[in-house]
Amino acid sequence: MSTPSLPPERIVYQEHVPGARYASLILRRGFALRLTDADGTANAAVLLYNPHNLLERYNAPDTLKGQHTARLTAGHMLYSDMGRVMLSITADSLDWHDPIGGISDADAVRGTYGQARYQERLNDFHRSGRELFLIELAKWGLGRADLLPNVNFFSKVQADEAGNLRYRPEHSHAGARVDLRAEMDTLIILQTAPHPMAPGPEYAPGAVDLTVYRAEPVAAEDPCLVSHPENARAYANTAAYHSQE
Amino acid sequence: MNLVESPLDPCDALSRVTVPAGEPWLGELRRGQTLRIVDLEGNQAADTLFYNLDNPRGERYSAVDTVREQGNAYLSTGSCLRSTAGRPMLTITADTCGRHDTLGGACAAESNQVRYALDKKPMHNCRDNFLIALAESDYGLGKRDIGPNINFFMNVPLTPEGGLSFQDGLSGPGKYVEMRAEMDVLVLLSNCPQLNNPCSDYNPTPLEMIVWK
Repeated sequence: MSTPSLPPERIVYQEHVPGARYASLILRRGFALRLTDADGTANAAVLLYNPHNLLERYNAPDTLKGQHTARLTAGHMLYSDMGRVMLSITADSLDWHDPIGGISDADAVRGTYGQARYQERLNDFHRSGRELFLIELAKWGLGRADLLPNVNFFSKVQADEAGNLRYRPEHSHAGARVDLRAEMDTLIILQTAPHPMAPGPEYAPGAVDLTVYRAEPVAAEDPCLVSHPENARAYANTAAYHSQE
Repeated sequence: MNLVESPLDPCDALSRVTVPAGEPWLGELRRGQTLRIVDLEGNQAADTLFYNLDNPRGERYSAVDTVREQGNAYLSTGSCLRSTAGRPMLTITADTCGRHDTLGGACAAESNQVRYALDKKPMHNCRDNFLIALAESDYGLGKRDIGPNINFFMNVPLTPEGGLSFQDGLSGPGKYVEMRAEMDVLVLLSNCPQLNNPCSDYNPTPLEMIVWK
């Protein structure tokens, strides 16, 4: 599936996030975020919170069982734990983003890639997904209790018939992109450490480009809304949440 | 399927408690102790969370770390239940059901709306059980401490195409799963009150919790 080209006048913000770095932003309703895999090796790990009530957050189990899926792609919505839709995946040039692999911690990074401290490597030292999430979460008053299963954009984890999980290397490519439309104001916490199942031995996480743009109005027959009756109900709950604005 | 029976005798147990359908159970399990959850009448969902008893806000059960580190999406005998810090919390030592789900999550008033119908919000649900059990306890835990849980006795297969489906249960009357605590843990269980799901035959039934020293 393709992603549309963006007219420059709709773009409001752009940021380049190198590998093993972080970003956070509040994506307001009516805006969308395009993630682009800059060099084909990115893993964009993402957590979502409601900035007006940080206790409301992206819920992986509800998202997966509501849409009977273990992968995320265009037509899917990312649900909160309050029965609402936070973001819609409106376009995607890949067919699979991973919602079950989780993140690496410092022990796992050391085990896969070896020790590489700041003392020796300066800005190229090894960071884990857990460290990067905790650093960025802390800036919003969030911490370990708020670390939940995330989405790993540009990564693929596939199960066989027996449930064995396999990471698929070389799934993404340079220029791969996915568009996320905010259906409610959403705090996005993003980090670009390697996927925890990525093979070593070289620690070389890829960069992600963020592009925030004004979204088109949501049509009644929007593909995300009509793809599952559950999505229409989640969207109705979100509309009710906005009804007094 | 990995069916393993336990050598333990309920007559030697430290405690035996029946949890009626739709009710929560909060209990402590010391390192080395064994907990058996018995599906007394079959195909009942045991929605379960674990916390490190010494640091419940800082370390709890992690579904994604558990399935990734064992390389398989399902839980059964031999599964190591890992924490958000990557540490072993419990090990499943016996299982006469064969497969348990940890990706499907617990029901909530709000998720019932999305899954079934907007007017299902008033129905009782597992997250309400988690919230009231925590609110009435003194562990200092609340909504932000509720992560993805285990659904013992539930069968939620993944497909190679990336699908996720809800299948008929593999469980039956008297089937059980047994686990040994590898650290002191707090166990928070909701005996699922879900009335919209054919997995429990629309008839929630009791569970038994048996603990050995």
